[in-house]
Amino acid sequence: MLKVSRSKLDNLLVPIFSIILGFVFGAILMLFFGYNPITAYEAMIMGVFGSPYFLGEALRQATILTFTGLGFAIAFKAGFFNIGVSGQLLAGWVSAIWVALAFPDLPRLVLVPLSIGAGVLFGAIWAGIAGFLRAYFGTSEVIVTIMLNFTALHTTNYIIRNILAVGNTTERISENASLRVGWLTDLTAGSRLNMGFFIAIVVVILYWIFMTHMTAGFEIRAVGLNPFASTYAGMSAKKNIILSMVISGALAGLGGAIHGMGTFGNLFTQNALPNIGFNGIAVALLGLGNPIGIFFSSILFGVLDVGAGFMPNRAGVPDEMASIVIAAIIFFVGANYLIRLVLNKVSTNKAVQNEGGE
Amino acid sequence: MNLESLLQLIVSSSLTYAAPLIFTALGGTFSERSGVVNIGLEGIMVMGAFMSAVFNLTFFETFGQMTPWLGLLAGGLIGVLFSLIHAVATINLRADHIISGTVINLAAPALAVFLTRAIYGAAQTGPLGRSFGRSNIFLLHRIPVIGPIFFGNTSGPAYLGILVAILCWIVLYKTRFGLRLRSVGEHPHAAETLGINVYLMKYSGVMISGLLGGIGGAIQAQAIHNEFGILTVAGQGFIAMAAMIFGKWNPLGAMGAAIFFGFAHSLARVGNYIPIIQDIPSVWLKVLPYLLTIVILVGVVGRSEAPKDLGNTYVKSK
Repeated sequence: MLKVSRSKLDNLLVPIFSIILGFVFGAILMLFFGYNPITAYEAMIMGVFGSPYFLGEALRQATILTFTGLGFAIAFKAGFFNIGVSGQLLAGWVSAIWVALAFPDLPRLVLVPLSIGAGVLFGAIWAGIAGFLRAYFGTSEVIVTIMLNFTALHTTNYIIRNILAVGNTTERISENASLRVGWLTDLTAGSRLNMGFFIAIVVVILYWIFMTHMTAGFEIRAVGLNPFASTYAGMSAKKNIILSMVISGALAGLGGAIHGMGTFGNLFTQNALPNIGFNGIAVALLGLGNPIGIFFSSILFGVLDVGAGFMPNRAGVPDEMASIVIAAIIFFVGANYLIRLVLNKVSTNKAVQNEGGE
Repeated sequence: MNLESLLQLIVSSSLTYAAPLIFTALGGTFSERSGVVNIGLEGIMVMGAFMSAVFNLTFFETFGQMTPWLGLLAGGLIGVLFSLIHAVATINLRADHIISGTVINLAAPALAVFLTRAIYGAAQTGPLGRSFGRSNIFLLHRIPVIGPIFFGNTSGPAYLGILVAILCWIVLYKTRFGLRLRSVGEHPHAAETLGINVYLMKYSGVMISGLLGGIGGAIQAQAIHNEFGILTVAGQGFIAMAAMIFGKWNPLGAMGAAIFFGFAHSLARVGNYIPIIQDIPSVWLKVLPYLLTIVILVGVVGRSEAPKDLGNTYVKSK
């Protein structure tokens, strides 16, 4: 029993130490380039927490990161690397906006679920293709999802320019499809925080229940831990590959739909794949695949993302610093062997000292 | 436009786009042959592109026409340094290869743009001093008919890439070092018992991938974009990785796949000059290479034959 709680404690300590070390690394880098790290971090944190607007924006960013993070995490649990979260998010975004623009006069209670449903569906299909090919042809899901990313990018831009809009930006969706609600906007001084935040919380809970209390979730975890043993135990590897990818894409598509219907209210051409998809990978890794961990990681990264905007003006530090800190944090998560090694050393030393004292 | 100059345009533009991919895909081959997955190629390319741009802008007055070629070395060098992060993390710190690669991909664009701002005060470097331009390949362009098409007014780095690919093939399959490197990727414990230094081999693989990936990025900056900015590399490292898998982890295969991607990429650019193709909506030409890759991977290549011990952390037996 003691061992279990020990490893649970480590699972909490690893991300915490990673975050601290990540910030320390960022500080060293800033010192090296002659910037003042304390001013920079202060600008970042005060900027976000000093005004309801920017706090709202950080939570809004965290909302989307939660979806892309959960989406990446479920495939990762099953042993797959879904690098296509970004493309699936785009697929969800374009289909949700398309539906919303096609039926602007439907009542809100119908149009919102319909648009979100379209986003979820197309995100799921987009990732499902990779899952299907992996299950039946053994094709590397990494390559297929990368290829589908670029396909989604170019197709979306084409759809915008030739079908949905005249120029590079579609019209705004009608009020009936918007996820924004007056009281949230007022509460956060006009930020783009929207109902998506609460959807994210619900999805986090549902994800947790699915993975820990349902057979299908257990099978996905089992296949990820040992595909041979789980096949031997009568689970279908093919089914679980496809299922995990479909859910993964559905979550990314949901994130895309909410990005479209909540954050922007429209769709515009992209030069590159949305970064928020790739940052979802970082969020999932820092959260160690745990939905609640992913939620809090998303909030941290949301604060970093939005707070980064304050660093150039208030501290003269380029805002890329925030991304460097994020990368450093994930480095230490990846190299958690190092942290665990140190933690183990410390605890054994303590144990030895205690024995010596008795 | 007559047929000859049209073919010449297609060949030279395909090779121009293929050149960065050839080098980077070859780099990936070495890393993965030693058993280390390197999805950080994208990030390594970004650093190579950044470094070569800085080198180019700083030294073009000193080195003149040689600048972009020396820029390749600068890019390769920073690639090696950056790949060391991946090597230390995956080999010594037992990090998941994919996580470590993701770190490289997250860190590189951020760091490169951060440094660009710190040095130039803007997110882009602006136009470089000397870029690669088009060149004739030594004497070969004088061969009648095929000479001008394949070797005239074309991409120098691409032909260097083809030579390097052949060299890589020889190194991997005909030398002791290559055999050792591959054995470490297939069965490190067996290799260890035969007295091969597994860690050294893995370090070599990752560092060669850094060198070649950095060179690939340097070509991307100096031959295609003629500047460094956040969009200079934008996904080419991932395409190079696809080329490596497409080429079944064989240097010559990777090179062929890279040229195919270059060709597909150039169709979207030069398609306007080609009858029939100019009538196809541009979106099809843009997505075709990606969809074709999927179809070929599924239909022709079949199950990917990765090195057996790819992606596993090797822990030395005591």
